[in-house]
Amino acid sequence: MYTKIRNRDLKVFEDIVGAAHVHVGAAIDADLAHDELGTVAAQPEVHLVVTDKHQIEAIMTHCNQEKIPVTVRGSGTGLVGACVPIHGGVLLDMSKLNKIIELDPLNMTLRVEPGVLLMDIAEYVEKQGFLYAPDPGEKSATIGGNIATNAGGMRAVKYGVTRDWVRGLEVVLPSGERIVTGGKVVKNSTGYAIKDLIIGSEGTLGIIVEATLKLIPLPNKSVSLLVPFDSREQAIDAVPKIIANHALPTAVEFLEKDSLAFSEEFLGKQIPHADYPAYLLLSYDGNSDQQMEDDVNAISSFCIDELGAIDVYLVDTDERKQSVWSARGAFLEAIKSSTTEIDECDVVLPRVHINEFLKFTKNLSRELGVRIPYFGHAGDGNLHIYFCRDELSEQKWQKALEIGFDKMYDKAFELGGLVSGEHGIGYAKKAYMERQVGPAQMTLMRGIKQVFDPNNILNPGKILS
Amino acid sequence: MNIITCVKQVPASSQVDVDPDTGVLIRDGNNVKMNPYDLYALELSFQLRDKRAGSTVHTVTMGPPSARQVLLESFFMGGDEATLVSDPRFAGADVLATAYTLSQLIRTIGNFDVVVCGKQTTDGDTAQVGPEIAEFLGIPHVPYVIDILNVTDRGMRVRSIYDAHDEIVDVAFPCLITVEKGHLVPRLPSYRRKLAYRDHPIGLVALSDLVDPNPDHYGLKGSPTQVEAIFPPDKRTESVRHTGTKTELAQTLFDLLKESKYV
Repeated sequence: MYTKIRNRDLKVFEDIVGAAHVHVGAAIDADLAHDELGTVAAQPEVHLVVTDKHQIEAIMTHCNQEKIPVTVRGSGTGLVGACVPIHGGVLLDMSKLNKIIELDPLNMTLRVEPGVLLMDIAEYVEKQGFLYAPDPGEKSATIGGNIATNAGGMRAVKYGVTRDWVRGLEVVLPSGERIVTGGKVVKNSTGYAIKDLIIGSEGTLGIIVEATLKLIPLPNKSVSLLVPFDSREQAIDAVPKIIANHALPTAVEFLEKDSLAFSEEFLGKQIPHADYPAYLLLSYDGNSDQQMEDDVNAISSFCIDELGAIDVYLVDTDERKQSVWSARGAFLEAIKSSTTEIDECDVVLPRVHINEFLKFTKNLSRELGVRIPYFGHAGDGNLHIYFCRDELSEQKWQKALEIGFDKMYDKAFELGGLVSGEHGIGYAKKAYMERQVGPAQMTLMRGIKQVFDPNNILNPGKILS
Repeated sequence: MNIITCVKQVPASSQVDVDPDTGVLIRDGNNVKMNPYDLYALELSFQLRDKRAGSTVHTVTMGPPSARQVLLESFFMGGDEATLVSDPRFAGADVLATAYTLSQLIRTIGNFDVVVCGKQTTDGDTAQVGPEIAEFLGIPHVPYVIDILNVTDRGMRVRSIYDAHDEIVDVAFPCLITVEKGHLVPRLPSYRRKLAYRDHPIGLVALSDLVDPNPDHYGLKGSPTQVEAIFPPDKRTESVRHTGTKTELAQTLFDLLKESKYV
């Protein structure tokens, strides 16, 4: 069992981070007990704000020695409870470890501390003509949190996910030792890919204290196309063909009249051409007007002539982008505000099976009597499906979640899908992952955890039971 | 009903350079877009057209030959006809000379019921061109319109929005309205319309084609405005730190937001 925090532990922490950065009891902000979704909640015994990686080494050395559990937290924007200290202990707050260390314009890398916000990275590098391409919807997330969940985002179709943009990591291990894995290098065939094990490990293997990110020159043109279709099926069937056909879109988002209505009500404004049953929202980037125009003309003709699109609307200026993308960006908040409580499923499927899965979800919604709105990154097969509690009693709600999630994940597995595309496993999705990967992989995962963290003090109870 | 809608090509970015000697905007022909207010002027024009069978929207702009692009875009959004008024002697026009040129163009086209302008442009920001065109044409105008409530053969009823109140106004044809942002949802350029209209003729009118061809009334010569000095805007930002209890700070924040009219 774990050691409960004693006064002498607090004394040690105060010596490391300073008394002003040690909070206990009622001084701990209540919001630190849960994440963005709030379905998992637990109070830490102590909340430590760190400002330096050496503090983390010292804290881990002490906690490892004393068997005190440690949970790392960035902005707390996760959706699966990964940053919730379910065993109490230390909540290690990384939000003040937030310096941008170095932009290397020749190696095209950016070194950052883990608490830097995604929006601040974007602003910083774009001002200097570079792009850090991963584009998860939650811009107030920290880069440390993004790396820990291998966050994806809308531009994954063209640019891949966070993992593809991390060149190197500096990590404090549960023992308190600090390691550097990878670096400013483009290639790496040097032994086991420790960096890639840390990425997506949701704070269970080590604590990221610095990251070296890859940058590319900022494409200076971008346009989106709003493509209406007569039906959901037609829109989604078009996706793999669009991706295979021509210039690779940066994003392919799927919008449907029902979910748009939530956003429109939430934002109090309509998107242009709001009266079609379903849409694809495509984005393209590039460097010359001529190239962009050629690409847009080719893809527009293809959508109309080959894929049955009703029309193709050009979304080219800032105000036009704002008028369309604000509705897409507001989906999660709009769905949250439409009901009393939500729970989410973040499955990722091979693109060609999205239609079948959404049809299954629609039927499930009817069968369970639960409203299940969804939206999705159609281009990468990642769907965000939300169960809305509305007026259901606690008992009926739990029952609906249990049956509904079981059925949805079983269907996803049958179609070659995975439990999580980009939100992670955390606490909430452990059982489903175990069911999917089977005993042999679970043994490997447990073995990996054991090697990194023999005392199981770092974010215990997450990913693995 | 014949509707004439004025549009303008403006810089696409807010980072605009100004010639330090003349005070004239340095225009980059590659980084331009339709004035955002004109998107609303066009949307309102299309909605007005759709209320009366047989109506047309004729889009006009004043600018260099490259400003044809903004007229093409108006076709792709829904426009029926377009005319560019362009002449090297229009260069350097201030608000008054611009309004005069456009009023001359509108007289030259003739036979109109309504002239629709965006409230203002994002480069000049004066909001005066529309009303001045109306004065030159000797017709009534209604500014800051957000909606058409009713249309008859002889006039229409519109809703205008001001800081503290709205106005509902009956106005007889021919008239001019300027359109405020935010209420309507401007339609996007359509690829189907692009295929149908990309070769549609665009009228070209030069100074010599206008009812008044006297060059002294146009461009820099016809502009009473003199730029005395030009300087970059002050970009300093100042921050104020407030301290207090949670309740006090919440109240302070609320008061500040209220003072700035955010709530």
